[in-house]
Amino acid sequence: MDLDIVELSRLQFAMTALYHFLFVPLTLGLSILVAIMETVYVMTGRPIWRQMTKFWGSLFGINFVLGVATGITMEFQFGMNWSYYSHYVGDVFGAPLAIEGLMAFFLEATFVGLFFFGWDKLSKVAHCVVAWLVAIGSNFSALWILIANGWMQNPVGASFNPMTMRMEMDSFADVLFNPVAQAKFVHTVSAGYVTASVFVLGVSAWYLLKGRHADLARRSITVAASFGLASALSVVVLGDESGYDAGLNQKMKLAAIEAMWETEPAPASFTLFGIPDSEARETHYAVHVPYVMGLIGTRSLDTEIPGIEQLVEEARGRIRNGILAYDALMEIRGAGGDVTPDMMDRFEVHSGDLGYAFLLLRYTDDPRNATEEQILQAADDTVPHVFPIFWAFRIMVALGFAFIGVLGYFFVRSSFKGMTYPRWALYGAVAVIPAPWIAAEMGWIVAEYGRQPWTVDGILPTALSVSHLGVGEVLFTIAGFVIFYSTLFVIEMALMLKYIRKGPVQDVEETETWMRRHQARLSGPAAAPAE
Amino acid sequence: MILSELIDYGTLRVIWWVLLGVLLIGFALTDGFDMGVGALLPFVAKTDTERRLVINTVGPVWEGNQVWFILGGGAIFAAWPPLYAVSFSGFYLAMWLILAALILRPVAFKYRSKRPGKLWRERWDWALFTGGAVPAAIFGVAVGNVLRGVPFHLNDRLMPFYDGWGFLKLLALLNPFALVCGAVSVAMLLAHGAGWLVLKSEGPIVERARKIGSAAGLVAIGGYALAGLWLLVLTDGYQFAGAVAHDGPSNPLLNEVVKGGTWLSAYVGRPWIIAAPLMGFAGMGLAVLGLRRGWGFTILASKLGIFGMIASVGLTMFPFILPSSVDPNSSLTVWDASSSQRTLFVMLVAAVIFMPLILGYTAWVYKVLWGKVTERDLDENANSY
Repeated sequence: MDLDIVELSRLQFAMTALYHFLFVPLTLGLSILVAIMETVYVMTGRPIWRQMTKFWGSLFGINFVLGVATGITMEFQFGMNWSYYSHYVGDVFGAPLAIEGLMAFFLEATFVGLFFFGWDKLSKVAHCVVAWLVAIGSNFSALWILIANGWMQNPVGASFNPMTMRMEMDSFADVLFNPVAQAKFVHTVSAGYVTASVFVLGVSAWYLLKGRHADLARRSITVAASFGLASALSVVVLGDESGYDAGLNQKMKLAAIEAMWETEPAPASFTLFGIPDSEARETHYAVHVPYVMGLIGTRSLDTEIPGIEQLVEEARGRIRNGILAYDALMEIRGAGGDVTPDMMDRFEVHSGDLGYAFLLLRYTDDPRNATEEQILQAADDTVPHVFPIFWAFRIMVALGFAFIGVLGYFFVRSSFKGMTYPRWALYGAVAVIPAPWIAAEMGWIVAEYGRQPWTVDGILPTALSVSHLGVGEVLFTIAGFVIFYSTLFVIEMALMLKYIRKGPVQDVEETETWMRRHQARLSGPAAAPAE
Repeated sequence: MILSELIDYGTLRVIWWVLLGVLLIGFALTDGFDMGVGALLPFVAKTDTERRLVINTVGPVWEGNQVWFILGGGAIFAAWPPLYAVSFSGFYLAMWLILAALILRPVAFKYRSKRPGKLWRERWDWALFTGGAVPAAIFGVAVGNVLRGVPFHLNDRLMPFYDGWGFLKLLALLNPFALVCGAVSVAMLLAHGAGWLVLKSEGPIVERARKIGSAAGLVAIGGYALAGLWLLVLTDGYQFAGAVAHDGPSNPLLNEVVKGGTWLSAYVGRPWIIAAPLMGFAGMGLAVLGLRRGWGFTILASKLGIFGMIASVGLTMFPFILPSSVDPNSSLTVWDASSSQRTLFVMLVAAVIFMPLILGYTAWVYKVLWGKVTERDLDENANSY
């Protein structure tokens, strides 16, 4: 097995996924904010709300298209760079991806064109429905993608079939209602709503600082702050739910997040700060907050959270069991057509640990011949790099709480202080615009880098999942993606800034006409001019 | 009784083979015309206004059309995982070129008219050309290689390996037969795109589109006939060495396959499939006639032609999906390269629920957008491309 190709393939996947995820959160949130604004327009008839819908809609469009374009890469990359993964788990993992296309992506992509081109071709209500269909489609997309991803973290409802050498689905319902997937979905879409809210808030604050489009900016801030605050609370609550679920099934990830080398007596403390050192297996300069980790991870005061050392010890046992399963599997395969129920029974006993035997394939072609030293090595491999996970998690959580503060502040000012905002707060809102993206990317690192060395937790090691490609081929595509994606990023940012600077198209005459009619309506039907 | 066993495994496999065809043909019929329009763009439209007129005929719909491609990828992953694994990794660099072209295309649609600069717009116009022509050519080349057999094998863990080295693998795809298939693919989409423009545009744009489109239609017909003849005379087919269970486990190595004979012997065993190539010739012939005469509904004829041509490939190869030229036993077929019975059933339920909905709302969107795109539309809609 060539390790270079594994590292390169991982690099490419991480790059393209992180890049894709620059656009997704904004799409998820802005689609809903735009639909809310259009709903207000339909309900009140005030032209300002249509102008808001169109303005934020145009920024949504610039962002949406890159989300779609880079999503194409994601859909095909599994087969291109991860062909053994695709074979091994396609029976389970492929279904949610395909249903995403059928149920969600078709919906959003078909109606997004009508959203931009249908203003004069549809009634007000019909156009508003189209906006909601785009928003619902985008969010359902996230649901199915996270059901697929949730299965990689917590592979339920499937088992290994020796005849086809792959995982096959036992229960679609189990895959669908995977608790990890459900928690991840709400956590991720909420993070998207926060991203869009902070974006709308920041851009609007900039307009107020510049003294432009004050009426549009104030209304936008009100929508963004109230929607954003609710979402920011949801992100933290569901992030906590994810932590609890990780405590149940991805103990190694939880231990890495916490840099918890040894099992502590319950309830474990939370390490606020520290420099995790994987070599020495200890955390330097650690600052602990007692009880907190135990509460997050187990929601009890007396359940222990296993530390890394203990989990490595458990992995050694599972590798040894996995070797037994591997041996039984080889016997079944050697038997050709004459597989006896006995052989199957022997395999079933430890089939859940087969993936652990595959960890040995890095060191030996036949796990049955593994030496004791190789088993110890493979068990050590189950520990992910602690330092980046430890810190990515802390940055993400700190930002998550910061968003509650920022959005909460603007919510209070907009609700109780007559929509007036001090200049320092407006500057702050502009400065904080990039922060949700940092938090979202950190979240990806915690979830996916923390899953290593597995592509599917406990089932299939990353090193085994890759395609047998040449190093040159993958280097070429990495270089291609870097050049291509960087160029697109620069163009996208320039267009975004251009459209923000240009600002909304505000038809003053239209607004005044509407105001006159509105006044007339208020002063009685008899006075209303003919329309 | 378990719900997923309502339909027997062999039947489910055939259903999913048909659905795979439906998705690929759906992709060629919908996204096909906007790729055709993209490839025609620099030649049918000279001024900036003309180009915008052309782009805006597909402006509101290309995004939905492209989902046929995405869904095709997802459905292959879900229903034919070995096919997804082997073909996408085997055609690695070719796939990457398709991805690059298809990433460029959405961005070009959306961003082109957002700045006034001449150079800016011209560059994006070429991006639209590339985004249409390159995938069309590669898809055709890929089909040609599939018909010839692809140099891959599966090891005893069913891990796919593809023979050849780096960039030479890409060059090896460009054999003469595959190039003919690539030309057919580009030509038929050009004719299809021209048919769309006749329906949605007017004036000099349509005049030019009719000229180029009808020539392309003739090339498609000629190339298709040549490819058929080539299959008969110069290309080996593949067959199972013995009887094959239709409900066996999805493990290609359990079935023995031999290379030899001709694919076209399928027409002896299943004479009715001759309907597909006939439909291909007739449809494309009518499209050429329609483009010459300027019939508004030429696009229906090109749809028929493309449907026939693509369907004929699948029907000719059935039950083979991806034959291996170096290790025929590794060949992927309908009977041994599918998902499990349960997954196929679950996916079928999803398809039965959502496909009619998709077709319904897509039709509604086209109805709302019905009519030719004129300069007035461009002026009135600030969102137009």
